[in-house]
Amino acid sequence: MALVLNEDQQLLKDSAQAFCQENAPISMLRRLRDSKDAEGFDRDLWQQMVALGWSGMAIPETYGGFAFGYGGLGVVLEETGHTLVSSPLIPTVLLGATLINELGNEAQKEALLPRIVAGELLLALALDEHQVHAPTRIATTARATGAGFVLDGSKLFVLDGHVADQLIVVARSAGAADSRDGISVFLVPADTVGVTITRTWMVDSRNSATVVLQNVEVPASALLGEVGSGYAGLEKSLDIARIGLAAEMLGSMEETFARILDYLKQREQFGVLIGSFQGLQHRAATMYSEIELCKSVVRAALAALDDPAATASEIARFASLAKAKLSEVAALVSNEGIQMHGGIGMTDEFDIGFFLKRARVAQQFLGDELYHRDRYAALSGF
Amino acid sequence: MQALQEFQESTRAWLEENCPPSMRTPMVQDEIAWGGRNATFKNPESKVWLERMAAKGWTCPTWPTEYGGGGLNKEQSIVLSQELARINARPALTSFGISMLGPVLLEYATHEQKMEHIPKIVRGEIRWCQGYSEPGSGSDLASLSTKAELHGDYYTVNGAKVWTSYADKADWIFCLVRTDFEVPKHAGISFLLFDMASTGVSTRPIQLISGSSPFCETFFDNVQVPAGNLVGGLNEGWNIAKRLLQHERTMISSFGLSSGQSDRGGTTSVMAAVEVAAMHYRGDKERLSDPVLRDSIARFKIDSEAFAYTSRRSIEESKQGQGPNATSSMLKNYGCELNKRRYELLLQALGHQALGWEGEGFTPEELQVTREWLRSKANSIEGGTSEVQLNVIAKRVLGLPDLVAMAKK
Ligand SMILES: Cc1cc2nc3c(=O)[nH]c(=O)nc-3n(C[C@H](O)[C@H](O)[C@H](O)COP(=O)(O)OP(=O)(O)OC[C@H]3O[C@@H](n4cnc5c(N)ncnc54)[C@H](O)[C@@H]3O)c2cc1C
Repeated sequence: MALVLNEDQQLLKDSAQAFCQENAPISMLRRLRDSKDAEGFDRDLWQQMVALGWSGMAIPETYGGFAFGYGGLGVVLEETGHTLVSSPLIPTVLLGATLINELGNEAQKEALLPRIVAGELLLALALDEHQVHAPTRIATTARATGAGFVLDGSKLFVLDGHVADQLIVVARSAGAADSRDGISVFLVPADTVGVTITRTWMVDSRNSATVVLQNVEVPASALLGEVGSGYAGLEKSLDIARIGLAAEMLGSMEETFARILDYLKQREQFGVLIGSFQGLQHRAATMYSEIELCKSVVRAALAALDDPAATASEIARFASLAKAKLSEVAALVSNEGIQMHGGIGMTDEFDIGFFLKRARVAQQFLGDELYHRDRYAALSGF
Repeated sequence: MQALQEFQESTRAWLEENCPPSMRTPMVQDEIAWGGRNATFKNPESKVWLERMAAKGWTCPTWPTEYGGGGLNKEQSIVLSQELARINARPALTSFGISMLGPVLLEYATHEQKMEHIPKIVRGEIRWCQGYSEPGSGSDLASLSTKAELHGDYYTVNGAKVWTSYADKADWIFCLVRTDFEVPKHAGISFLLFDMASTGVSTRPIQLISGSSPFCETFFDNVQVPAGNLVGGLNEGWNIAKRLLQHERTMISSFGLSSGQSDRGGTTSVMAAVEVAAMHYRGDKERLSDPVLRDSIARFKIDSEAFAYTSRRSIEESKQGQGPNATSSMLKNYGCELNKRRYELLLQALGHQALGWEGEGFTPEELQVTREWLRSKANSIEGGTSEVQLNVIAKRVLGLPDLVAMAKK
């Protein structure tokens, strides 16, 4: 397992960096926010990202992808984190394509994955039903009928829910309220009768929606994976997404820290640069160290995803390691981002606040540090 | 690739043949092989193991064969350490010569000096100690005042060092001395090597809070040192001193490495992993019953694992033969703080059982935890304090300005 980028990954990273800075700076997110953009992302930008191959990065070549691995997708996500790019990359590619790849049958993969690569299909995962991530606490029901299934329930914080062509709905076809058994996963076109989607506005200005399913009828072919045993594939997909998300968080915290350092070397008080105060220097040095650890964790976790020998439980441990550590440090760095800028850090005109807002949503998404420390402990046998 | 594969196979075979059985069990404190003129081997196999490894130069695998080292490249040395780890092999030799002095001699010393000192380090024949700190010069090391004056072919050394680890057991000392009092403090320091058996050298052991006394006050009273024992240029010792500290810090940072692992060298002790100890003392079977302690331990283990990847990444990133750089301060600081956290958590796991000092009511292992916990407090002091490491990171790695320099402007 290599902890440094290989040459191809480094080239990809450099080009992703240049692309994001030129084409998707933070001012784009600001514009989407200020204009209350109906879709919450820029379709032209997304098509450019598709043209660069980002939508097919980790998808196998047989389905039109580029087999660049999660290591490749990871460096792209890291760079999008630097400029807080709002795009379907996480909901459609990192979550959606991964779920189809992990759970779908041959026909589903052949039908859907090439369309994701081509940028023709947007997906959204309708999973959580509570204020915090709880992937086994599924009350949405899936009732088998002769022809297929009927879904009922409601889903919160569905990323890209209001722009997706298809929803990936996690429902319970059997089993107790908090059980891993009895979970089934369905592909539901967003315009199916009985599906009500309401956009919610989150602090990070990214897309999110509430999805209510009332008597939603889907055919048997909508099922992803087996009836009642979808959890293993769902969990593995979530773990992959957690690691990808950690890569994005890494980029955001590196950017926040770079901006802090710039300010420490530029702002003067008491006749000296504020970066000469030891109280700030030690905090900066501590942040640097923590970010270095985060970087190692993300590299190790991405490498594990591309290692054919890695088991699902090893990946689970890496995912919780990464999401716990990155969430903890994201909180630290985003808070210091405000504090070390003083008053200007509190102004909306200044960009640092966007990093704080994104950090908290990313921390919560797919499980916060408490969730993942608990899971890491359980996976480590204590 | 092919050659590396062959190297791995031959290494594995050689180790199978040559590593004695007891050298594949976890190291015990009083069997650590420090080498030196007066080396004693409680376990005779330690001696065999040292001699076999030294003969191949594998006590210092990457050092040039010219000076007795193993001559391995970076990839080969990684393979060697993996193969050693695979059989849980003990270090054949532990010494300040290997971890601190040797690397700077290779970088700064003359060929003659290398020929004289390096092979003896590789073979563990001479044990070195570090004469840096003085009573008045700790963190502000460059203010040191031990004096060396040149008279003919000899330097006369006068002064006192303190906290000199194992000075009473060492054969030679690498010592920072002031050779010019007129210039700014960093510009008047030289790096001098001398025999601790020289007339005028004396040591007085100091007891630590843990009860052991591994370090000393060291006094120099008109010690005569041949002028040829100066390493690098006259008054150019500070750069060597700093370089050596980077090696020292990298070495110390490894204290943080074993701390998160649940199977330290195959030891079966419950103390080997904090969570195992915590569950054992609470009678927990599957899950640690105290949720707060469980979260603290999880946090600690996550940091330990992240730290282990970071240490590995820094090795992967370093170029062949380049050695450590200023990031060694980050590794040193983080590794030491982790090791201290580990012992604080062990204390929480064991409660009063970790607070015994001696005698009845405690197992030997519990008493050892008490002593090791106390010893761990030194981790963030020795090799430069944690605060000093943070200063180094701020200035050397992050490029933040120096307040003292700014205020003077
Ligand atoms: C177990 C052990 C073994 C050792 N072995 C050796 C050895 O073999 N050879 C050797 O030469 N030395 C050795 N040392 C000495 C060690 O290097 C010094 O103790 C260390 O450098 C600190 O110096 P000091 O003790 O004088 O503390 P001081 O420098 O007096 O520090 C006191 C406190 O002030 C803080 N401080 C000082 N300056 C600053 C600053 N600029 N900014 C912020 N805070 C600051 C320190 O961090 C510390 O908390 C050893 C020490 C220990 C504990």
